[in-house]
Amino acid sequence: MIARESTYAYSPRRAGAMMLRYWYLLRSSWPRLLDLVYWPTVQMITWGFLQYYIMQNAGFFARAGGTFIGAVLLWDILFRGQLGFSISFMEEMWARNIGNLMMSPLRPFEFISALMVMSIVRLAVGVIPVSILAIAFFGFNLYGLGLALVAFFINLMLTGWAVGIFVSGLVLRNGLGAENLAWSIMFLFMPLTCVYYPVTTLPAWLQPVSWLLPPTYVFEGMRALLIDRTFRADLMLDALGLNAVFFAAGVFGFLKLLQSARRHGTLLQSGE
Amino acid sequence: MPSPPPIAIERFVKIYKTVPAVDGISFTLAEGSVTGLLGGNGAGKTTTIAAIMGLTTPTSGKVTVLGAEMPRQRYQVLHRINFESPYVAMPMRLTIRQNLTVFGMLYGVPDLTQRIEELGRQLDLTDLLDRQTGKLSDGQKTRVALAKGLINSPELLLLDEPTASLDPDTADWVRGRLESYRRERNATMLIASHNMAEVERLCDRVIIMKRGHIEDDDTPAKLLARYGRRNLEEVFLDVARGRGIEHEAAQ
Repeated sequence: MIARESTYAYSPRRAGAMMLRYWYLLRSSWPRLLDLVYWPTVQMITWGFLQYYIMQNAGFFARAGGTFIGAVLLWDILFRGQLGFSISFMEEMWARNIGNLMMSPLRPFEFISALMVMSIVRLAVGVIPVSILAIAFFGFNLYGLGLALVAFFINLMLTGWAVGIFVSGLVLRNGLGAENLAWSIMFLFMPLTCVYYPVTTLPAWLQPVSWLLPPTYVFEGMRALLIDRTFRADLMLDALGLNAVFFAAGVFGFLKLLQSARRHGTLLQSGE
Repeated sequence: MPSPPPIAIERFVKIYKTVPAVDGISFTLAEGSVTGLLGGNGAGKTTTIAAIMGLTTPTSGKVTVLGAEMPRQRYQVLHRINFESPYVAMPMRLTIRQNLTVFGMLYGVPDLTQRIEELGRQLDLTDLLDRQTGKLSDGQKTRVALAKGLINSPELLLLDEPTASLDPDTADWVRGRLESYRRERNATMLIASHNMAEVERLCDRVIIMKRGHIEDDDTPAKLLARYGRRNLEEVFLDVARGRGIEHEAAQ
């Protein structure tokens, strides 16, 4: 039984308050909504036409129909999942509201869970219209992946959240000077998680590093599904195990950085 | 059993890297009292308030709020205290009602809709409740910040420059509201301010800090008598410039 006043106590009402706060914000600002759809659409169209061109000129890719668009859409789930989490958090820094929240009864886990839910909402606003466009433009039906899509989605979101939680801790500790990390950190994952090519493309010494990252398993799994028509449950389970480690490390890092922010008195200084 | 004091600080030290921001201060506030925390820039006021709110960990010493040690036991009491400052802001795109709804839910306020209407009436915000916070004047924003500070009817209210950047009329109105709230709720207030007239009007005790230490601590009347001055501004300048207690020395 967790005491009511404990750090680990959880109140759905307080978590709901934070979700409501982000929902009000999203609803009140059409540029924020447009931004959620804009980049996924641009990416999908660019890569979709590239794939269309390659398919007309290479036998292998003719068989591997959809891998590029599939990779783009799955990458977007990973990237937007992390960004959706981090941006909602940074809205508090930009609004200079973090001090108000940190001295309220809101617990870190309630805050984190609200940010997780909002990242799904933001992702849905961005990716659902784009996935429908992918059907209309290129005949690629993301939902045709069926249950595999659920496994891909869960694993990618878990990685996105783990990274988002850690980056939010860095911003909390170091101020908005660390903001750029939120935008750029996931691009470090892009070459290593082999979004657009198989792991065997990497030099042999780099491949073990790649296999330490959960999204690698998802993108390999996607290629196995689209090229070989095989669902690799083993890859999804490996990814889930690694994600449990990543998520726990992200939360641990966030709590440690929060503790450090208290020690260094940076919670009231949300500037640069 | 007597209730614990709203604030009890014992030998509180806060060192940032190697620089001491607060160097071993101690004081206790009585229930229902209004205390002014004065001091120039870098005196340690903000660090002291941050420690009371659980936003910073003491390097050594103990900060206790309503019987809970801060920041370790902060969740026992955070729903009973609140804070208002022009240096933290409310989300600008949300309406006043939306902001108060969010904070009311965070503080577990019962009958929240009714409480928001009540605060709207008390702080003259009723006609503005559905307006975006970012579109309000400075005076209106201060009233909204005060509404957030009062949303949970706190037993302990911490105020950092509550009337900064307000015109004299609005500032006077805000002070009047704070006085009524104290009377109605028997609330304890700690006010950090550079406005000496405000401190003289609202506070029954004044703590003057300088370079991380408490330089003086008494009622406004006794401070005026001790320094032989007509107002707190002159007392403040004496302390800030190290002129000491001239009147007593003369006697």
